[in-house]
Amino acid sequence: MNVTITVNGQTTTNDVEPRQLLVHHLRETLDLTGTHWGCDTSNCGACVVLMDGQPVKSCTILAAMCEGHEIRTVESLEVDGRLDPVQEGFHERHALQCGFCTPGMLMTARALLDENPDPTDHEIRTAISGAICRCTGYKNIVSAVRWAAEHEAAAEQGA
Amino acid sequence: MQTPAPFEYERATSVDGAIASLQRLGPEARIIAGGHSLLPMMKLRLASPEHLIDINDLAELAYIREDDGMIRIGALTRHVELLKSELLARRFPIFGDAERVIADPVVRNRGTIGGSLCQADAAEDLSAVCSATKAHVVIRGGEGERVVPMEDFHVGPYMTAVGAGELLTEIRLPLFPGAGSAHEKVERRAGDWAIAAASAAVWIEGGSLSQVGIALSAVGMTTIHLTRAEELLRGNAPSEELFAQAGEIASEDCSPSADGRGPIDYKRHLAGVLTHRALRRATERALQTGGVA
Repeated sequence: MNVTITVNGQTTTNDVEPRQLLVHHLRETLDLTGTHWGCDTSNCGACVVLMDGQPVKSCTILAAMCEGHEIRTVESLEVDGRLDPVQEGFHERHALQCGFCTPGMLMTARALLDENPDPTDHEIRTAISGAICRCTGYKNIVSAVRWAAEHEAAAEQGA
Repeated sequence: MQTPAPFEYERATSVDGAIASLQRLGPEARIIAGGHSLLPMMKLRLASPEHLIDINDLAELAYIREDDGMIRIGALTRHVELLKSELLARRFPIFGDAERVIADPVVRNRGTIGGSLCQADAAEDLSAVCSATKAHVVIRGGEGERVVPMEDFHVGPYMTAVGAGELLTEIRLPLFPGAGSAHEKVERRAGDWAIAAASAAVWIEGGSLSQVGIALSAVGMTTIHLTRAEELLRGNAPSEELFAQAGEIASEDCSPSADGRGPIDYKRHLAGVLTHRALRRATERALQTGGVA
């Protein structure tokens, strides 16, 4: 069946099998391999992308269910060589080691800050509670999201 | 890679259209809403429907509102909306208690109350919440609607009163004076299924319990409705002693099995303690609002 989805601002139409999961559609059909395919059971959060601005686990959504919707993946964060503040925060606070969970963490953090620009550490921890980091990096991830929140607020004031 | 077996997909554009498709396609057709129970089951071949009917576009099934002396919740209402609802927080805070500990925020963006109830997993929280709050569910088919009380909704493990060619459309929570409600759950780690969970709703009028609802998750083959404990409490003034007795009944009337989440005696103990705590907190809330929600 033909499925039309807007991914990172670009509308694409592809012939997909109804059973194809969004994560595989992104990685294999659209060659957007930034989204990681992890546990396959909606537990680990590595595959989180934004669907109409809300974080969702792309291993548990069919590509066909995304027809007519807007998907944002980790590839959209950097614009013209400028990293998104959450990406800068992960860099500044050393919030990744192996990097496998990072795309999902970044998109989950981006969605959190879009909804709540000044979250408490508890709110950050709650937001990322559906994402697992096996390098035991939660402390630095929380710190990175705080860094991003503070720098976004400062940038807005400066603007 | 886990991928479902092949199936045909169609997207419903109306409730009647979804029901017509169910009837046309027969028993191998299934409704998909949030998909966070059905797709994992399809990956594991525990379910292999030949047709999926996607109802995610049916915005008319996504609402939480109060009218006619009841709260009406559309079947497509997502967990995140149940958690954020100020109306539910005021009328039935038990929903907030449960939603904070159902899966994780990302999963809660997709999963729906209708899907949770229709999955009829005994470990699922909202089935106990809806049993305790004396909910009725609206089931629509080709012949029209019927309204089924929660005690008749779950007919067995993973089995509900929703028949072939029918769709769950609405959950109705009756409003009576002096309501208080609470959900208590113990899980191994954040976002996990319950080891045991207890839902309690009380209605206090003139200092006594005019009505009581208690249900347990994860300690039996289906959601357990504690009718014996409800009968014990009804008509009496709420007290710690009575709540402790209700907890003892919960321990006796549940039927947990031993698994990775714990042995039977531990789960029976938890069912009792959580029932006691849920009744205590529900009562505190009923008294705080002075009987006017």
